[in-house]
Amino acid sequence: MDMRSTWRTLGRRTVTDIGLVVLADVVVGASFGAIATSGGLPLWQPVVMSLLVFAGGAQFAAVGAVLAGGSATAGMVAGLVLNARLLPFGIAVADVLGTRWRTRLVGAHVTTDESVAFALREADPARRRAAFWACGLALFAAWNLAVLAGAAVGGAVRDTGAWGLDAAFPAVLLALVLPVLSRRTRRAAAVGAVLALASTPFLPPGLPVLVALVGLLALRREPA
Amino acid sequence: MSLAALLLLAAGTYAFRLVGPVLRDRLTVPRHVERLLGDAATVLLVALVATSTVTEGHAFAGWARPAALLVAAVLVLRRAPFPVVVVAAALVAAGLRLLGVP
Repeated sequence: MDMRSTWRTLGRRTVTDIGLVVLADVVVGASFGAIATSGGLPLWQPVVMSLLVFAGGAQFAAVGAVLAGGSATAGMVAGLVLNARLLPFGIAVADVLGTRWRTRLVGAHVTTDESVAFALREADPARRRAAFWACGLALFAAWNLAVLAGAAVGGAVRDTGAWGLDAAFPAVLLALVLPVLSRRTRRAAAVGAVLALASTPFLPPGLPVLVALVGLLALRREPA
Repeated sequence: MSLAALLLLAAGTYAFRLVGPVLRDRLTVPRHVERLLGDAATVLLVALVATSTVTEGHAFAGWARPAALLVAAVLVLRRAPFPVVVVAAALVAAGLRLLGVP
């Protein structure tokens, strides 16, 4: 990727937006690393997980399940269930990744909520591609460095809650999803969220979020 | 978390990511299906925000985090930059806990 042509294609506004998302995820990544090691996990676990899994929600879910005293298997299943959403995301940005295998293999790994959101914001194919790659690659570098830094200091932080670090992840997710909520999806999302919350006491971690898909039945119908 | 569990999570996640780009050649997704998939992702993300805000494990997470997210929502609606939203949420949660709110 040629940085200057990416900059030109996207324009200052989108580049700034991507930079701000990356900066926000640095805070979230550092909080993830700190929560993991302050909870007693060895340093390599959050670091390797971030490199190989590279999905904030699943990482928080997996580490949360383990730190809550759940089994490693429960943590893994929770993470996988959450990441099932990457399948429709992959379909949504398939045109961006084209047909070359190297591009597909690398691009698939940097398919995240953020890179997909930025790609879908653009209608023009060249801008879609530039937005996806700029966000995906920048995020990969920044996320992993931030997790490493957070994990390194996390051992010394006894209570990450006292620093409010647990609020960072839902906050960045909210900032991403709130602007794309349309009249069409609002009711479905509300019903889904209520169902997810109501089922949380009874279901294993990770499943309530999938229950939310029932909310799709409440999608507002529009004339085609 | 064992290395095996971690690697399985990584492999499964990568598989989810790769299915779309690879199958693209072999299947054409009708427009309304594509739209439904986008809607499904939105519904999942909102549910993830809700559960990670209000719950911790199987139980209520306490008031500090939901209050922090309320402030975050107001900032998002006022088009505050992402880092401001995230740092403000953390500060509100930390501040409330300093005052004794769980």
